Amino acid sequence: MTAFINHFLFEFRAGVRNKTQLLMNYLLPLGFYAMMGFVMVEINPGFLDVLLPAMIIFAVLASTLLGIPDPLVNARENGVFRSYKINGIPAFNILAIPILTTMLHLVIIALIISAMAGSVFSAPLPTNWLNFVLVFLVTAFASAGLSVLIGVASRSSRITVLWSQAIFLPSMLIGGLMMPYSALPEGTQLISRIFPSTHMMNAFGSLAMGTSAEFDAWASLGILFIGGVLAIGLAWYLFSWDSASGSRRGHPLMGFLALLPYIIGAFLL
Amino acid sequence: MNNSIIEVQNFRKEYGDFVAVNNISFDVEPGEIFGLLGPNGAGKTSTLESLEGLRTPDGGKLKVVGVDPTREPRKLRNLIGVQLQSASLPESITPDEAIRFFCGYHHVAPRYDLLERLGLGQKRKTQFHELSTGQQRRLGLALAMGHDPQVLFLDEPTAGLDVASRVELHNLMRELQEQGTTIILATHDMAEAEGMTDRVAILLNGKLATIGTPTEITATGAELTKVSVFSSTGSLANRDSAFTSVERTFIKDDYHIFFSNDIGVTVGEIIKYLEVNSDPLIDLRVERPSLEDRFLEITNGGLL
Repeated sequence: MTAFINHFLFEFRAGVRNKTQLLMNYLLPLGFYAMMGFVMVEINPGFLDVLLPAMIIFAVLASTLLGIPDPLVNARENGVFRSYKINGIPAFNILAIPILTTMLHLVIIALIISAMAGSVFSAPLPTNWLNFVLVFLVTAFASAGLSVLIGVASRSSRITVLWSQAIFLPSMLIGGLMMPYSALPEGTQLISRIFPSTHMMNAFGSLAMGTSAEFDAWASLGILFIGGVLAIGLAWYLFSWDSASGSRRGHPLMGFLALLPYIIGAFLL
Repeated sequence: MNNSIIEVQNFRKEYGDFVAVNNISFDVEPGEIFGLLGPNGAGKTSTLESLEGLRTPDGGKLKVVGVDPTREPRKLRNLIGVQLQSASLPESITPDEAIRFFCGYHHVAPRYDLLERLGLGQKRKTQFHELSTGQQRRLGLALAMGHDPQVLFLDEPTAGLDVASRVELHNLMRELQEQGTTIILATHDMAEAEGMTDRVAILLNGKLATIGTPTEITATGAELTKVSVFSSTGSLANRDSAFTSVERTFIKDDYHIFFSNDIGVTVGEIIKYLEVNSDPLIDLRVERPSLEDRFLEITNGGLL
């Protein structure tokens, strides 16, 4: 247990010490929050209603999708995992600790965003705080799971950026963050439901913020949770200590299976 | 009953069609410093990494402290310490954190004393990427030794170290040996291998070219002794006939170099020749073949 705590504390500190991770964990979410809170609300006053969930989801996506995969790929390619293996550090810890430390960073950033939403921007606050915390945790878990899977399955930093952006950019554009899901054309709504952010916005809106659901919000939460579990399971299955030893158990394209709950949900909901 | 701490029997490792290691066998005794030598691509790393449990053998049997590295990797972890050739730690970790981190996973108290001993006392709070190459290697060594392993694998441990650090490392290795630690040393530094190891194995093209003590290995070569002679007028350059027992000769930095298979006869003839030619002897050196000479003979001669 001491070893796990030492590992956790080091990874947590690295999330602030490492400039890229500091940017993704804190500077980018807070900077974007300030910009959206001060500028976007002036342009589109209706955005104020979703400011809190949208900015928390943005923070989650930035910290996880842009912050987790690259350090994992670099650690594997630079032989850090080999050192870990030789010293008996379990693969489970290598995957679980970045998820947990990122979630802790996200708790901090979510507290800051929530505290500022009412006091600085006069944005609506959650009507159900318990559900707000629940949705937040499931959202962070789902996104962190996908991010770890991207880090494990990618051969290089370049591939990592490709996959991360393939989820991050559409999430920003059609995932309900910048424009409401209901404003999208029907065909685009179908595609939108493949991206986690759509389900995150739906769950936050209906279960925590007291707005009407676009579709079944509990189903959205279920999809996010199952997607997170599946992604972590696949990441564990596909994990390799180094790219040279050929120790990977399955083909990296198996990682796409993590999108199955979202794809099924897109057609059923 | 075999008391060896490491047993390698008919070990084979392949990468696709390429056979990196081809049925090699050797044992290492407890408390030995055992050198693993060979040119690049000889199979050293494949052998080491298979013994460390990082790679899976394609044939044969490996045992380290009675443990099969492939089948019982967890059991192996606390029995061995490994300093990898390429330093590999998270870039923002400090030596203090690294010692705490790795000793924690080995269930032992952090060995901060090793950082002091290896000259990292002033760098305990410095991030890994800010350490010099030598400091990174010393940290890797401290981490490998932190849990007092029974077998220590050192892959090019002195590469990138300054002279003082090398001496300190060698002293440390001798201390560990006195305490009963077995050390497997992979190195390209023949002087280090000759001075530090009890036995060495030389690998070539995936096969075991030779194994034995450095003295045994140098003695089994062509056994030519090198005689370097520097005289006042350099009359040796004008001699008409070769000396008896001399197989090769050349001139380097005004020294006449002779390789003799009978040193007594050759030296006598050289001195007599200089006397006859009234050429005063200034310097005469006799050197037995070194491990490096023998290594080059094996690797360049293509004995296998």
